[in-house]
Amino acid sequence: MPIINNKHEPHTEELVKRLEKLAKKFRREILIMTTKAGSGHPGGSLSAIDVITAIYFHQLRHDPSNPKWEDRDRFVLSKGHACPALYAVLSELGYFPKDEIHNLRRIGSILQGHPDMVKTPGVEMSTGSLGQGLSAAIGMALAAKLDRKDYRVYVMLGDGEINEGQVWEAAMVAAKYKLDNLIAILDRNRYQLDGYTEDFLPLEPLAEKWRSFGWHVMEMDGHNMKEILDTLDEAEKVRGKPVMIIAHTIKGKGVSFMENENKYHGKALTPEELEKALKELEDPEDDEPRG
Amino acid sequence: MVEMRRAHTRDAYGRALVELGRRNPNVVVLDADLSTSTKTAMFGKEFPERFFNVGITEQNMMSIAAGLATCGKTVFVSTFAVFATGRAFNQVRQSIAYTNLNVKIVATHGGISVGEDGASHHSIEDIALMRVLPNMTVVVPADAIETEQVIFAVAEKPGPVYVRLCRPPTPLIYEEGYKFRGQPLKYELGKAVLLEEGSDVTILATGILVYEALEAAALLRKKGISAEVVNVHTIKPLDEELVEKSARKTGAVVTAEDHSIIGGLGGAVAEFLCETYPVPMARVGVRDVFCDSGPWEELLAYYGLTASGIADAAQKVISSRGVVR
Repeated sequence: MPIINNKHEPHTEELVKRLEKLAKKFRREILIMTTKAGSGHPGGSLSAIDVITAIYFHQLRHDPSNPKWEDRDRFVLSKGHACPALYAVLSELGYFPKDEIHNLRRIGSILQGHPDMVKTPGVEMSTGSLGQGLSAAIGMALAAKLDRKDYRVYVMLGDGEINEGQVWEAAMVAAKYKLDNLIAILDRNRYQLDGYTEDFLPLEPLAEKWRSFGWHVMEMDGHNMKEILDTLDEAEKVRGKPVMIIAHTIKGKGVSFMENENKYHGKALTPEELEKALKELEDPEDDEPRG
Repeated sequence: MVEMRRAHTRDAYGRALVELGRRNPNVVVLDADLSTSTKTAMFGKEFPERFFNVGITEQNMMSIAAGLATCGKTVFVSTFAVFATGRAFNQVRQSIAYTNLNVKIVATHGGISVGEDGASHHSIEDIALMRVLPNMTVVVPADAIETEQVIFAVAEKPGPVYVRLCRPPTPLIYEEGYKFRGQPLKYELGKAVLLEEGSDVTILATGILVYEALEAAALLRKKGISAEVVNVHTIKPLDEELVEKSARKTGAVVTAEDHSIIGGLGGAVAEFLCETYPVPMARVGVRDVFCDSGPWEELLAYYGLTASGIADAAQKVISSRGVVR
């Protein structure tokens, strides 16, 4: 596969449909691979998948046949537990064979329980211990400035994740260096492991917080593909500041009995639940994949 | 006694960094508001574009270093040892060691030789913390001259390295150009340096205790005891060949370090020898306590990290072996 550089494609209905269809397929794969593994984090993978799909298939300039291409745009999944979403996308793009998703979390697999940049082609940073991906992305963005390269660095954080103090250390440093080649997306699905974010460590007013830390803040519906594409494009126009896009999302999005049902934060579906979920995610034009 | 020559390991670090910066445009340096103490400010002055002072954000700094390293940079990151390894332990583990990235953590103010600042700033566990991490190399230079050698060597070695320096100006055991008693040496990571041959006891020392070990050997000589003195500048990977060879030769081992006796050089040697060639052994170091504030040399004496402390330990270990040759 040659270099992928699609971001100048107009945001037509056709493009939106194509990305939505892909995201639906990835939702099936996320559930299939986590159920097969018997563990994992499907809820936060489903909330993140629309944005990750848009980023990889439309926004990033990258080359799956050359994952270490120096001039590539980077995507860091700071909320590493959502890696089933990343694995579905990377395998679709050919970073590794699709079949690997069936080995998720198994001994010897290239697909670890949390992202591992050494084992998995296309993974930019090993994450999983929360709060570190934004700092790593800052390092990549600083390197771009030093090397006078025009690549961008995208990083996705979870809303629970920003409880971590390191995130706010990083927020100050990104603003200090005016990293306008850094675009962060906050997957605001409103739940963390123990429940509703505002019940444990209130985050609001979220946009004001990031603004006061010197970031350009945008908000979008993280499940509206057209809005995602438009917002990502707008974010690229910001100069002199890092950008934080708050993506309002739904944990477990796409499966009725998983939506806002936090027990699926870190628990795979049973085979029976999976069957039900796959029915809801069926694509009439598409007869694969099945578990 | 001839007049003791002294120098700061951190000054040597600062100078070596500047030289590295001139040689290699890919070298970048990070610090967390301690650059005038760690001496990275010297690099920052000459290469402001490649120097990032990220404020007092050690955790953040470690992960930024990792991100820079993914883009082909050789990253040096500095703060005090207690913060580099303790405060940011999980960041070093997750972002640097697990990823096997090219980040050199050069921490100053190791050990209790930090002195008056007290236990909050003494770093008695950093070697243990770094040594336990897969992929991590752990180096403790014996003096300022060896520090220069170490910095150039680790810059050439891919992957994560922890280098531990200290605060005060410490005695020089080497001469300019990395010579020992006039003999030119070649520095090699992972290869301990046999400084004095002996037959009754082996003293394995690291960092500022190497000087004390040499003094201890002189004290022992007066008592008719022949001590072998080895500078174990690389604690991980341990020079197992030399350690085992010397243990077989003398049958008694003393380790000496400005660090807890748990998990540092003493721990590494004990772990290794008990699986290969167990011999009576004594560990000189901080004996599982937080230490007081105080002038550094008085502190070392108070806690027994001295030539006489090492010599006493050597005699004990020889007698427990049962044969004084």
